[in-house]
Amino acid sequence: MAAIVEYAPGNVPEHDPRPLEYTNKDDSLKIFGFWIFLATDMILFGTLFATFVVLRTHVATGPSGQQLFDIQGFIEETFILLTSSFTGGMATFFMRRGSVRGTVGWLLVTAVLGASFVSLEITEFLHYIALGATMQTSAFLSAFYTLVGTHGAHVSLGIVWMLAIVIQLLRYGITAATARKVFVVNLYWHFLDVVWVFIFTVVYLTGVIK
Amino acid sequence: MPSSHLSHWGLLVTGDPLIYGADASIILASVGIVFVLTYFKKWKWLWKEWLTTVDHKRIGIMYLIAAVLMLFRAGTDALLMRTQLALPNEHFLGPSHYDQIFTTHGTVMIFFMAMPFIFALMNIAVPLQIGARDVAFPYLNAVSFWLFFFGAMLLNISFVIGGSPAAGWTSYAPLAGLHFSPGPGENFYLLALQITGIGSIATGINFLATIFKMRAPGMTLMKMPLFTWSIVATNILIIFAFPALAVALALLLIDRIAGAHFFTIHAGGLPMMYINMFWIWGHPEVYIVILPAFGVFSEVVATFSRKTIFGYKAMVSSLLLISVASYFVWAHHFFTMGGGVSVNSFFAVASMLIGIPTGVKVFNWMFTMYRGRIRMKMPMLWTIAFIPCFVLGGATGMMLAVAPADYQYHNSYFLVAHFHEMLIGGVVFGMFAALYYWWPKMFGFLLDEKWGRWAFWLWNIGFYVCFEPQYALGLMGMQRRMYTYPAGMGWTALNFISTIGAFLMGLGFIFMVWDIVYSIFKGERDLTGDPWDGRTLEWSLPSPAPHYNFAVIPTITDRDQWWTLKEQGRQDTLRPQTEDIKPIHMPKNSAKPFLIGIAFFTAGFGFVFGWYVFGAIALFGVVVLLLARSFEYHSDYHIPVDEVIHTETALGRL
Amino acid sequence: MLYSLSPDQEIIINFLYFCRDGRRAGSIFENRRRLQVAHFWKDERREKGVVAMKAGKVRRRTLTYAGLGAVAAALLTGCGSQFQVLDPAGPVARTELNMIDISIVLLLIVIVPVIGLLIYIVYRYRDKPGNTAPYDPHFADSKVMEFIWWGIPILIVAILGTLTVRTTISLAQPPGNTSSVQPLTIEVTSLDWKWLFQYPNGKFATVNYAEIPVGVPVQFILTSNAPMNSFWVPRLGGQEYTMPGMALRLWLQANQVGDYYGHGANFTGRGFAHTTFHVIAAPMAKFDQWVKHVKSTAPALTPTGYKNLAIPNIVGEMTFSSYPANSFYNTVMNDGGRFMPSTVQEEASLHH
Repeated sequence: MAAIVEYAPGNVPEHDPRPLEYTNKDDSLKIFGFWIFLATDMILFGTLFATFVVLRTHVATGPSGQQLFDIQGFIEETFILLTSSFTGGMATFFMRRGSVRGTVGWLLVTAVLGASFVSLEITEFLHYIALGATMQTSAFLSAFYTLVGTHGAHVSLGIVWMLAIVIQLLRYGITAATARKVFVVNLYWHFLDVVWVFIFTVVYLTGVIK
Repeated sequence: MPSSHLSHWGLLVTGDPLIYGADASIILASVGIVFVLTYFKKWKWLWKEWLTTVDHKRIGIMYLIAAVLMLFRAGTDALLMRTQLALPNEHFLGPSHYDQIFTTHGTVMIFFMAMPFIFALMNIAVPLQIGARDVAFPYLNAVSFWLFFFGAMLLNISFVIGGSPAAGWTSYAPLAGLHFSPGPGENFYLLALQITGIGSIATGINFLATIFKMRAPGMTLMKMPLFTWSIVATNILIIFAFPALAVALALLLIDRIAGAHFFTIHAGGLPMMYINMFWIWGHPEVYIVILPAFGVFSEVVATFSRKTIFGYKAMVSSLLLISVASYFVWAHHFFTMGGGVSVNSFFAVASMLIGIPTGVKVFNWMFTMYRGRIRMKMPMLWTIAFIPCFVLGGATGMMLAVAPADYQYHNSYFLVAHFHEMLIGGVVFGMFAALYYWWPKMFGFLLDEKWGRWAFWLWNIGFYVCFEPQYALGLMGMQRRMYTYPAGMGWTALNFISTIGAFLMGLGFIFMVWDIVYSIFKGERDLTGDPWDGRTLEWSLPSPAPHYNFAVIPTITDRDQWWTLKEQGRQDTLRPQTEDIKPIHMPKNSAKPFLIGIAFFTAGFGFVFGWYVFGAIALFGVVVLLLARSFEYHSDYHIPVDEVIHTETALGRL
Repeated sequence: MLYSLSPDQEIIINFLYFCRDGRRAGSIFENRRRLQVAHFWKDERREKGVVAMKAGKVRRRTLTYAGLGAVAAALLTGCGSQFQVLDPAGPVARTELNMIDISIVLLLIVIVPVIGLLIYIVYRYRDKPGNTAPYDPHFADSKVMEFIWWGIPILIVAILGTLTVRTTISLAQPPGNTSSVQPLTIEVTSLDWKWLFQYPNGKFATVNYAEIPVGVPVQFILTSNAPMNSFWVPRLGGQEYTMPGMALRLWLQANQVGDYYGHGANFTGRGFAHTTFHVIAAPMAKFDQWVKHVKSTAPALTPTGYKNLAIPNIVGEMTFSSYPANSFYNTVMNDGGRFMPSTVQEEASLHH
């Protein structure tokens, strides 16, 4: 993250080396605020993870993770989501170069990858439900659906958000405001990626190993 | 009047004269408000100046009005409870009704009285104290307020529509689960608090960004006023604690409406986990409400002793120590839940340790007064009254921290007396001190001292008469949350005395309201902006402050800058010079926060009664409003220099 | 006539003189003389008035001391069985009361000086014209004071904390010597809105009352088949939660014969105020007699009867000569005990 360098009025050098979204106070402030928001989201997911870990063995009459999870399925989801984080970074890369087409293009790829992640996840859930493993079956399943589902809901909201930003980029081009929006949505996206790494490890990997 | 089993007619609650009275009052009040607004043609004014405002000063006033109204509402709940408990075996309130009343009493007092009160103070004072023009995210600030407001509306409507929650303000599972608490009451609790919780988290983000990034040039962190420091600590607590509550409430709601098994008895649920999650939020929460009070006391003590606060560095470090330590004590709320020797020992010692920085603050306040010149104005009176009350309450807190002794105090009236002593003696007294202190800055006139003193003495005497006997009741073996008690236990006399005390406090509240009404007409006008000979920046502005706060952002060189300048006779340096005035960048008003509040209210109402499609549509409305905001690129404007000069001249500053 | 002051009066009067006059206050003897002389002259001038005043003073003084004495007596001796927590009838409650007393004493070390100091400071440094007290607007630091008010509380916490930890550990053990006296086990199930007591040794049960022998450590194994409640008999000891799916152990012992009030202490809904029960402590011989009586005359608790106990209602006392086998253990397991093995270990060892 670039340092916020404040120039005294009248003292701004001709070529401003700062990224566009940090050139004014308003946008810098919004980015700072978003980092604080991510801290709260981190606690939210942390609490959900704690719930899952505590209830992991409470399978009642229902299936356990080992009986349920399909290794190929969650590896695919992981691969897609991690790639989408990379493509999001590519969008920022092109934004720095002032290319609207590049930014929009890579954002759309990210959104499409996100959408395929969500659809894979929905398919996975529907599959489990068809097997009779619903949220009402056991505490383990309640915790599983809630944790993974909350992450999926976050991703879905992120996709809608990204599409809105794409429209704004096409309308206004790359300004400090739109640059800030691209930066923030990418922060959000990378955060969700990190959360997924934990889900992958704590939920799926340890689930199938046990 | 005997209250028989409460019943329902459709959604409306029936079966009790008190409920019918409430129905009538709500209808009359609503009609009255509509009539007054129409008759005086004030609808446009209301919309433009208040419902769509993003100005922190206005938002602060709205929080304050809401807090006072909710204090009335939950205070009435308290008087009803104490009436029922004055004598043994009364039938004034039946068990269901009493259970709903004590639940809403606690819930409203914490979430809809204490929280908005501290948000009011944050909004009113912090930007002015740090030399800023507004908070970091004014639009988000308005969203926070309307989420709080509509969350409060949702909970309050439950009394007459659907039935109120009745599982205590702590709402423990499995009692609060679907099996033992069927019906919409508990859903109201979960949804209303979820909505207002989102607003609280947003406020936390807002004020941390404001304080860390928008201070006037030259104001380093160690030159900030102590009230602002207390808000830093409070908001750090908010952002790390409230998400845990959001999860706890959400999981219980999912249990209730989707039949999940987080906290149920069967299928692997673990009720104990709800309690842990609730209190991981719950303990930081009580520090969230008390730390701003501590900040207020620091300001008031220094100002009204005409002296520098004693031990500024120690005060800052104790604030931060308390914040960190508050995350390590939550299990003291359930020592008796069988945690085991190690768990109880750890939390007992941690709970005792947290009393140390708190005690240090008390000594610092007293030694600020020492060798000062103490002026007994209302804010100072409330501060001085707080000290013995809080010290006593803190001492009983230390007693409660002794886990083996707690096995005898837990859930008895000893506990009730302790937390009321901290909350009333600490938080409420602090909020009253702040009310008198910052009132002139908000409204331009002072609150009358004489009527204030009536209110003060009634509150203080009433408090001790009401709650000190309750310590004895606890030691006599009386449990909390009982709608009645048998004769012959020796509890009657003290309960009766306690009820008298409660009514004295109610009388004190009435005198306070009278004080406000009287002062609106006859109160001394604040013509200088500095009625208390204050020390911090807000007193360098006129009362009330202009829309943009500072015409020229000041440059800061010292702590207590305003006081230092006055000592040196240089206070005119903070007056704006015409040549320094530039166009001022301000945010436009917006209707979206109000509409988002309505959308959340509608969604919440729908989910309470299980109308999921209806609720989903309302939530979709929220998303639409969020997107509308995202597409809004012209949400600011500039105040031209002429207008600023005009305003400043009219205020006598140029 | 010279009136003499009681020691308490002397202390108070000297404090007041000190407050008013600071270092210029007279010595204790001067103040005593001042008061005696003042009394003497009043006496000379208004004999009747003084007698009346003295009578009034004596009455007020008596009342004050009576009031304070009552509070002190109540706190320290638990006079009157009304202050149940202060009137222990067994070693567990006694230990807990000791901790209460110690904590009060330690905290008074802080409270009394703080409040006294506050009164003194507010009185002395008021902004009144002609106040000659020193005014030092920048006096904001004192390492000595900081050392005292960080140090003493830390010391108090260290002492209180150590005692707390020691007592917490000791209360997890049986109160008596279990090698010489065989402890009694009672399984307690909290229901809506009643208490079921099952005696695994004798295999009989009671509702809303329990009888125990005096001088014998009793382990109550607690669970709930309803919302969480809390099992509390104030005169015998502290409480412990009853939780569905868990079996928690609480050690209590009665050293005196008596009938002890008990009540649920965690809110369980509409009927919570009526979750009263009592524990009767009788000498061993009488207890054995009672057991024999119950086994021979009381009806059996059938499986249907056991299920009916779970219906939310308020009942009186009941006695049963037998109950369905393993009902307590099964209830714990059905309510989630399978997932909390560590909390049902104790019970599992009693499994029969």
